[in-house]
Amino acid sequence: MPRMLLRDLVQARSGDKGNTCDLTIFARTPEMYEHLKAVVTETVVKEHFRSLVFGQVRRYEAPTVLGLKFILEDALGGGAPSSLRSDNLGKSFGSNLLRLEIDVPEALARKPHLMPTPPWRKQ
Amino acid sequence: MKTVRIGAGQGFYGDSIYGALHMAKYGRVQYISFDTLAELTLAILQKDRQKNPSLGYTKDITTTMTHLLPYVRDQGIKLITNAGGMNPYGAQEEVARIARSLGISGLKIGVVTGDQVLHLLPEWEKQGFDLQDASSGLPFDVIRDKVLFASAYLGAWPIVEALKQGADIVITGRTTDTAQFLAPLMYELGWSDQDADLIAQGILLGHLMECSAQASGGNFSGDWWNIPDMDNLGYLIAEVREDGQAVITKPEGSGGRVSVDTLKEQYLYEIHDPRQYMTPDITADFSNVTFTEVGENRVAVSGVRGKPAPETLKVLIGYENGWMGQGMIGYSWPDALKKAQKADEIVRKQIERYGIEVEEIHTEYLGYNSIHGPLARPVDEENLNEVYLRVAVRTKDRDTAERFGRLFPPLSLNGPPFVGSLSGMFSVRQLLGLWTVYVPRAWIESQVQVEVKEV
Repeated sequence: MPRMLLRDLVQARSGDKGNTCDLTIFARTPEMYEHLKAVVTETVVKEHFRSLVFGQVRRYEAPTVLGLKFILEDALGGGAPSSLRSDNLGKSFGSNLLRLEIDVPEALARKPHLMPTPPWRKQ
Repeated sequence: MKTVRIGAGQGFYGDSIYGALHMAKYGRVQYISFDTLAELTLAILQKDRQKNPSLGYTKDITTTMTHLLPYVRDQGIKLITNAGGMNPYGAQEEVARIARSLGISGLKIGVVTGDQVLHLLPEWEKQGFDLQDASSGLPFDVIRDKVLFASAYLGAWPIVEALKQGADIVITGRTTDTAQFLAPLMYELGWSDQDADLIAQGILLGHLMECSAQASGGNFSGDWWNIPDMDNLGYLIAEVREDGQAVITKPEGSGGRVSVDTLKEQYLYEIHDPRQYMTPDITADFSNVTFTEVGENRVAVSGVRGKPAPETLKVLIGYENGWMGQGMIGYSWPDALKKAQKADEIVRKQIERYGIEVEEIHTEYLGYNSIHGPLARPVDEENLNEVYLRVAVRTKDRDTAERFGRLFPPLSLNGPPFVGSLSGMFSVRQLLGLWTVYVPRAWIESQVQVEVKEV
């Protein structure tokens, strides 16, 4: 199975509520969504963010938009107005999760399951 | 069947006026709604008001109203904003002043108050109510002497009341982000708080619209490079029918894109559990929402369900949480990162040497790891063209934060070679702690007042 970055598989957006980061990724096809549900678990995400997120990680499913939402507690250095970090609002946690590399079945490692590729990126 | 068209005008204090202006000119909307308040904004406004009792509202209301009042007069567009912040009557005065200066009269300005509850806290405690923080469980004594403000999140009904009294402009304090959008739908389409699914639909539409262009191509993680005219992104419009059927679109001639992909990122943004999005107006179940593209830049939204609103309202208490001092300095190739790391070491040693008391210290390297922090990947240091060191500290008081900042300018002569840029001194900033309590809503709503004045 090819290893792929989430960057090539999903849309992502993140934000804050207090010291909690709220992050959602979106698959492009139901098949990819099922695969992500199986692979991108709370444990995997918690492990990915181990040096930034010190609280619990919970996952919610939003099947109508093929979304997986992650709530990351104790994640923002005390919360935006108290934080010393540049990314005090956790807006870049979404792009941070795009660094996660996962196994993808051969059948899903192609259009239409993948994100569009920018013209400047080498395949 | 009756339809209303409402537009979004602002997503935060400091947003551009051009989105709202384009909306007024080309949006063909009956209402423009503004969300100006974030948690930090309330602290800023409270300090403004402490310095000058006539301030405490978001100052950009001056620009907003100067540009938009002519459209209120000529086209009957109504404006709803929570720009009142900590001083809605001050904002009303300012709008009245602008109206006079533009020669506009007969304007009805509604003001909603009752969200500021700082003075009620002692009374609640006397009644045996525990003000412990809902998330940490810490007792109120921890922050008692440091409290800056206490604001309850109000829902849409006071705004609806102001509209019923004929307001052309409604100014509130801490109403929820979505209330400014839901209220005109309730008022125009006759939705009552018994129509749970309709109210939930209004909340969903408001949630999609409250963040400027974040649902029309801004901050979009898909093929952002293909978003048209990102220099002129259109803010959202909702066309809503009496029965709740709704289409989201944007003004003609604006840039951006309204599609399922751009909307869905905003749909789940910052809502936590999609089954239980709690607002003062309704607990909305977002989990079965569907988006359907019905035309170019037109998306139909349906499937949201409403459950009874909570019996309590959220009260946000902001408290002083020390000061942030910071400094930044840039280093060039060769060995840019090593030099920046050396400067960090110098600063940390000087903190010790000079006895600058810091409670927390945070180092980042801009151009290397300042955004992804410890998860940034190592790069080829040999070819790194430049790196900026940024160090931030938390201190007990302002003076100590300033002392820390002054460690940076001398680095240009007394540190590693080839300083690229020293960005001067940063102003220190007070840090704000947040504390949340949930309070029986009747205690707060009984204090809410709606007043409409003609100017």
